[in-house]
Amino acid sequence: MISLFDSFLLRAALAGTGVAVAAAPLGCFVVWRRMAYFGDATAHASILGVALALGFQMPVFAGVLIVSLLMATAVSSLSGRGFAMDTLLGVLAHSSLAFGLVAVSFLQGIRIDLMAYLFGDILAVSRIDLMVIWGGAGLVLLLLWARWSALLTATLSPDLAYAAGLNPKREQLVLTIALALVVAVAIKVVGVLLISALLLIPAAAARPFAATPERMAFAAAVIGMLSALAGLQLSFLLDTPTGPTIVCVAAGFFALTSLGDMIRQQLPMTGSRARRH
Amino acid sequence: MPLISLQNLSVRFGGNTVLSNVSFAISAGEIVTIVGPNGSGKSTLLRSIIGAQHPDQGQINRSPGLRIGYVPQKLHIDPTLPMTVRRFLSLPQRVSDQQAATALEQAGAGQLASRQMVNLSGGQFQRVLLARALLCAPQLLILDEATQGLDQPGSAGFYQQIETLRETLGCAILMVSHELHVVMAASDRVICLNGHICCEGEPEQVASAPEYRALFGSGTQGALALYRHEHNHRHDHSCGHDHGQDTANQTRPAPASETHP
Repeated sequence: MISLFDSFLLRAALAGTGVAVAAAPLGCFVVWRRMAYFGDATAHASILGVALALGFQMPVFAGVLIVSLLMATAVSSLSGRGFAMDTLLGVLAHSSLAFGLVAVSFLQGIRIDLMAYLFGDILAVSRIDLMVIWGGAGLVLLLLWARWSALLTATLSPDLAYAAGLNPKREQLVLTIALALVVAVAIKVVGVLLISALLLIPAAAARPFAATPERMAFAAAVIGMLSALAGLQLSFLLDTPTGPTIVCVAAGFFALTSLGDMIRQQLPMTGSRARRH
Repeated sequence: MPLISLQNLSVRFGGNTVLSNVSFAISAGEIVTIVGPNGSGKSTLLRSIIGAQHPDQGQINRSPGLRIGYVPQKLHIDPTLPMTVRRFLSLPQRVSDQQAATALEQAGAGQLASRQMVNLSGGQFQRVLLARALLCAPQLLILDEATQGLDQPGSAGFYQQIETLRETLGCAILMVSHELHVVMAASDRVICLNGHICCEGEPEQVASAPEYRALFGSGTQGALALYRHEHNHRHDHSCGHDHGQDTANQTRPAPASETHP
């Protein structure tokens, strides 16, 4: 009994850290490029992917990946065409969620636990899920690592990228694919509604004490993994839903580092190191 | 052979023609300055040259393996993105500490390596952008209103640095500038742009004329005079260009301008 228990908790821990380690560095780009809503839209659309996958008897991962990719591509091609992006993304994010929920209701004879997809079901992660999660996370990290310098340059300024012979549109595509992958692997862990939290919160929490982009990405990954592990532990102790608990812990880290930053800026001795915003 | 040559370049945004039939070439070691009112296509022209803007017509020929250093008009760094000067210099190609220090020194930004980009003053920021552009050992340095937001001593210092760079590195320089006194002092050639090339002239000729002293002698007045001349311009006389009361006989009309109605 103990060993069985151990193994599902271990699988949950591995799943949580796997998602966190990929989501956090990618989340840095989401923060730097002000794409928060972009992540939301992609994540929310994925519930439609769940419905399609179940309807066509495909693996959920595949359905989510396809729909996320479509949504992310649609959004990134719409951006830069003069639309009011925040409104457009708000419309897309929530309407795709609504369409997904409606589509799920059409599925006859399939009993699905909607809550599991909305808020994640990390304790039910199977061995196969775990392979998919670490495979996807590994691919995202590989993409980010291989394109890191180009991604950073394109994030700073598309024109600087062009002048250096890079194509910022290709870098945008890399981020789009990485985002769809993270959404597809994270749905089991934190669910559709909280994927953006895993992207944004560790990155935001890492910002105050990072001097370079690399250190911020690394610190975000560490904070993400600690949040996953501590959230899992806490949810077990307090008998709370695991996905939301992980996000709560990450939010706690954010509050701590922000507070620390505020205090540091108030102190006259270290005031010269304070950043201006 | 010129470093870069443009032939009948045209760029349209939607229905608007931003640039039409722009042709010119830049040779090694030349300093060429583009002047023109807002919306005259100066930045679009530079963005076409660096490859960020696809021309609708015309051709841009770069000499094989041309190394371009680009200093943008402004660069907004999001406050959420931590970036030291040293790290910035290694984008996209990593450079050694020694190379970084040399480039900073050349750009007159010696002591800034460990500072955060968002904490730099306007002048320091521009010098760091310049240092980064120098790291590829450019044959052609492109500056888009690089002294925007700098005060007069700041921009004077900046342009002095650029002239020094031309002497030490031997690179050609293509810049957009609003500061006519600097343009006249530092350029080999001035291109007046307003959707097309109105005229090209050698500033030395212009500068020696008494009309020039009257018009451009003191900074602000000179600048205003040129703006008026640009906004008034018509193409109904032989020069292809209304120079008001100014430098018609000192500047050469560009061939392209005569083809316009």
